[in-house]
Amino acid sequence: MAGSPDLTHLQQLEAESIHIMREVVAEADNPVMLYSIGKDSAVMLHLAMKAFHPAVPPFPLLHVDTIWKFRAMYAFRDAMAKTVGMELIVHTNAEGLAMGVNPFTHGSAVHTDIMKTQALKQALDRHKFDVAFGGARRDEEKSRAKERIFSFRTAQHRWDPKNQRPELWRLYNARKRPGESIRAFPLSNWTELDIWQYIHVENIPIVPLYLAAERPVVERNGTLIMVDDDRMPLEPGERPQMRKVRFRTLGCYPLTGAIESQADTVPEIIREMLLARTSERQGRVIDHDSTGSMEKKKQEGYF
Amino acid sequence: MSNQDLATGDIVEYLRAHRHMSLLRFITCGSVDDGKSTLIGRLLYEAKSLFEDQLAALEADSRKVGTQGDDLDFALLVDGLSAEREQGITIDVAYRFFATEKRKFIVADTPGHEQYTRNMVTGASNADLAVILIDARQGVLTQTRRHSFLVSLLGIRQLVVAVNKMDLVEFSQARFDAIVADYRAFAERIGIAEFTAIPVSALRGDNVTMRSAAMPWYTGASLLEHLEAVEVSRLDAGDSALRIPVQWVNRPNQDFRGFAGTVVSGEVTVGDRLRVQPSGRESTVRRIMTHDGDLPRAVAGQAITVVLEDEVDVSRGDVLSRADAPAEVADQFETTIVWMHDEPLLPGRPYLLKLGAKTVSASITDIKYKIQINTLEHLAAKSLALNEIAVCNVSLDRPIAFDPYHVNRDTGGFILIDRIENHTLGAGLIHFALRRAHNIHVQPVDVNKEARALQKAQRPCVIWFTGLSGAGKSTLANGLERHLHAAGRHTYLLDGDNVRHGLNRDLGFTEADRVENIRRVAEVAKLMVDAGLIVITAFISPFRAERHLAREMLAEGEFIEVFVDVPLAVAEARDPKGLYRKARRGELANFTGIDSPYEPPEAPEVIVRTDAGSAEENLASLVERLRALGIG
Repeated sequence: MAGSPDLTHLQQLEAESIHIMREVVAEADNPVMLYSIGKDSAVMLHLAMKAFHPAVPPFPLLHVDTIWKFRAMYAFRDAMAKTVGMELIVHTNAEGLAMGVNPFTHGSAVHTDIMKTQALKQALDRHKFDVAFGGARRDEEKSRAKERIFSFRTAQHRWDPKNQRPELWRLYNARKRPGESIRAFPLSNWTELDIWQYIHVENIPIVPLYLAAERPVVERNGTLIMVDDDRMPLEPGERPQMRKVRFRTLGCYPLTGAIESQADTVPEIIREMLLARTSERQGRVIDHDSTGSMEKKKQEGYF
Repeated sequence: MSNQDLATGDIVEYLRAHRHMSLLRFITCGSVDDGKSTLIGRLLYEAKSLFEDQLAALEADSRKVGTQGDDLDFALLVDGLSAEREQGITIDVAYRFFATEKRKFIVADTPGHEQYTRNMVTGASNADLAVILIDARQGVLTQTRRHSFLVSLLGIRQLVVAVNKMDLVEFSQARFDAIVADYRAFAERIGIAEFTAIPVSALRGDNVTMRSAAMPWYTGASLLEHLEAVEVSRLDAGDSALRIPVQWVNRPNQDFRGFAGTVVSGEVTVGDRLRVQPSGRESTVRRIMTHDGDLPRAVAGQAITVVLEDEVDVSRGDVLSRADAPAEVADQFETTIVWMHDEPLLPGRPYLLKLGAKTVSASITDIKYKIQINTLEHLAAKSLALNEIAVCNVSLDRPIAFDPYHVNRDTGGFILIDRIENHTLGAGLIHFALRRAHNIHVQPVDVNKEARALQKAQRPCVIWFTGLSGAGKSTLANGLERHLHAAGRHTYLLDGDNVRHGLNRDLGFTEADRVENIRRVAEVAKLMVDAGLIVITAFISPFRAERHLAREMLAEGEFIEVFVDVPLAVAEARDPKGLYRKARRGELANFTGIDSPYEPPEAPEVIVRTDAGSAEENLASLVERLRALGIG
């Protein structure tokens, strides 16, 4: 029902996302867009520019900063915020910072909980945001496949998979009580391939780390980790090697695996993707902690 | 393009070709164990939409918890939530994505078991096509009928009946033909004129993506071939009337005013004469704006911003139509409602209704009949429970623009929302308007509320007592009326007993009847306020929603809620009418506080604790509070 057969699938997906964003802005008191600097955020931001044109999108961007992102991501983030003319709020969990939480000594589970999940809740509470746009897609992971487009959260930010509101047609129920909030996912129906095709067709700027280049990496448990700065402790005998690599997803650099690749343009990335058979989130260490781990994180308030 | 071509061919050319793929949304439905998850898993596998690590996880899971011995258990791919893994069934709508060389697909996996009908309706609401699975060993089951009815109700025109597990009936053509004949007989009764039947084995892959050698008697397309080729006849195609529900008014500065919305049907061209509904004002399209530049014309499915020639008043929820083919406007409809919540639907209770971008206040005025889906029988009903479906009349607090659902899903389909908890309670499909709102005129009268109030030299209002039985509402109300009467005020006391003996003698004490009881009392009180009286009501009125309704019927400041608050134990110890004792003995059903809930007010104007102080003291403090509010 998304539209006339005249429209291509990308045009249909684009229109659906714009429709969702406009519903949020019309019904929310204080919306915000979660901006993680990755390719999905890039597409989401691009769609927001389209949805509210000629106005600037009437909400700020929020980056929950773990301080462990790649340096290239920070540079890209600041340049993008300037280009689009939107307010950029950067939030870091100050207590976590004071405790010196980091992915090396505390492990991915603790680091993600304190610096991402808890930090996100802090930021939403502090600014009293009632609807937060997120770039999650249903094709990413099994528990995401069941996520609503308007995902209701309790005042404690919990997601209850058994108590979600049914979503029919293009009708979204954005009503909530004070303290409760909604995570809105305008990219729900996009696939990884759709995202890349759209980036290609629309010529959307992305962080250069997605494109293959010679980078210093070490191999740990079969995962290639880039040595992005001197905070990374090297094991005895470990020495960074220059390899031609790129990243399929971008998160905290110590938790994000690189893949060896020759793809240094978007069409080449798509070619590799179509030929390769490894799904996207596998590069993220956080999903491997235990079975059903994403679902558990979501219930606790992780995006 | 094969992998080899992909590795060496021109990727940019490949991408150009793939930009023009179409998108098909479909749902799969069937009974528990019909093999839906297995079928979807098989489609994903065969369409090469699985990645290596997903396959590895599937192999590991198949060994650990699989039910297919050494073979892959495709159901494990789709059954996502941990709870489901334990139960071995799908419990919510899950969306899956795959693509072939010809099309992109979004499939909603919708659950088979009875209590989750709402999820199936959710999945079906956005689908162009439905695949109904039938277990070849079981044939047409109650669930098959239920799902077919829902698919037909929601207006899905394309239907595939996949007779699964053919391997377990020796690929028998006779068995297949018998099931198809059986299904056709049922389908005709519910208005399904056409469907495509395909014999498959999801587990083995027969006729899923490739024609099966095991069933040479079947000469039709495989399921995937059919899905790739099927023409989707859409309700919103170009020849239907233009509708743009306005989502958001874009006003970046004083010089620009654009109306942002999705064209849900028809098409719009610069220069078109448009009507803004429900107001009926007209103007002409000056620009159709997008971020990628202005368009001369926009079609169904596009999200645009319209700029009009004139400064007409347009706000969120209005519908833009072509002036020569406008939508209908009405405030009362016949509808079909699918109830999706544990709290029952109660006629008279105020709900919010959202249709397009418009949210209005609504209530069900009449449940005409409930539909027993398994037998298609019509049954009388006073309320609707979770997963029940009924034809109902709905009344709104103001007229809206709409089309019948069978003409337009977007301007004919609505959801009902709880006013207090904000849950989505149900979905509705508009059949037709009961009467045209523009024919209704409020009869203007010369002597109005203000004139009558002035004559009595008082401020008319409703003083609404609420609280448990035995809390002391009647005693206080009686005392208050005595006091006001002595002061020369014109009053009337509506009491539970005097109303139930007359006006509401046809009502009992079920939740539905209690809602109707309070609705009538509120209507009577409203008339009396209009007559200039100070109305005092003394009813338990246990539900917030109805007290809220009464409040909304009156002007600001005319509704004074008095919460007569005592602990249940105190009220029960008093038990002036012996009702608590009866209720405790089980002789009285639906008694508030015992087996029916009392919802205390959230922000009453006055709270009186009758377990402290004497009756005189309580009355005196009430009178004082009311005086402070300007009443008395």
